Amino acid sequence: MSTHAEAVDHVEGATTKAFITVWFALLFMTGVEVVLAYLQPPVLVFLTALVGLSVVKAALIIAYFMHLRFEKLSLFLTLFPMLILCIILMLLMFMPDSNRLMMMRPR
Amino acid sequence: MTSVWSGGRSPYAVNSKKFGMWLFIISDALTFSALLMAYTYVRLATPNWPTPFHFFPSIIFSTVMTFCLLSSSLTMVMGVHAMNHGRRKAAVGWILATMGGGAAFVVLHLTEWLNLIRNEHVTPFSNEWGVPLFGGTFFALTGLHMTHVIIGLIYLGIIAFAVGRGKFKAEDVEVSGLYWHFVDLVWMFIFPLVYLMSAKI
Repeated sequence: MSTHAEAVDHVEGATTKAFITVWFALLFMTGVEVVLAYLQPPVLVFLTALVGLSVVKAALIIAYFMHLRFEKLSLFLTLFPMLILCIILMLLMFMPDSNRLMMMRPR
Repeated sequence: MTSVWSGGRSPYAVNSKKFGMWLFIISDALTFSALLMAYTYVRLATPNWPTPFHFFPSIIFSTVMTFCLLSSSLTMVMGVHAMNHGRRKAAVGWILATMGGGAAFVVLHLTEWLNLIRNEHVTPFSNEWGVPLFGGTFFALTGLHMTHVIIGLIYLGIIAFAVGRGKFKAEDVEVSGLYWHFVDLVWMFIFPLVYLMSAKI
């Protein structure tokens, strides 16, 4: 504990510079998404790029802004594999029907 | 021999408030995941899904909203940082700046909603394209997110008021920050999947 009564342990890496760098990276990726929307690439390419960028942005927010990178690994292992598993289970329920809809809907 | 669980007293080395907020965030993330999947499913199931978001003003508008929310996340993390270093006044300033970003987001979002309702005649139950599910899913998803932002503004207001009066600890500010960043994180999925995928050039 620091000498100041209210201060908590300082974490290596959790610096103002790191936060601003992450903010710029998030803005840059948002800019790329908007440019892609303007260029209107094929739907599959567009959707893959958007979801990919969103996952990277979410990971940056969780790691740096939400400080998970600076927490114990046990906290991450308790929360996130379960979240990802639940999302995969939900996807498994939607996937077969979604695929059928894409293949069989009237064009 | 030291255990990886640090004696089993604090396996996560976080306080109970922070752990509780993390559990809430995970469960809320599943709620939004289900809603986004439902939105995508309904969209796939509808051949003539409308794309009402003109690049100008709708996409530019929602991009500015994203900028407000992302910047408010930066000011929030600076607030937590200031509080961790015992600088209460600075922390209050940063939290108020965060609330400013959040309030700007809500105002812009409501303007965008009114534009859709008045000019495009979209309501949660009907629209001119004959695809009522568009309005239903759009307003449900963005409405639930906006509710989270408004609750966040109230939450941050209470935290800022108390911190300004010398109450609450750094961990309380950090826990409120976790909630705020989560609201920002959810928007990182709603913005591309709902707005950008329905852009009209």
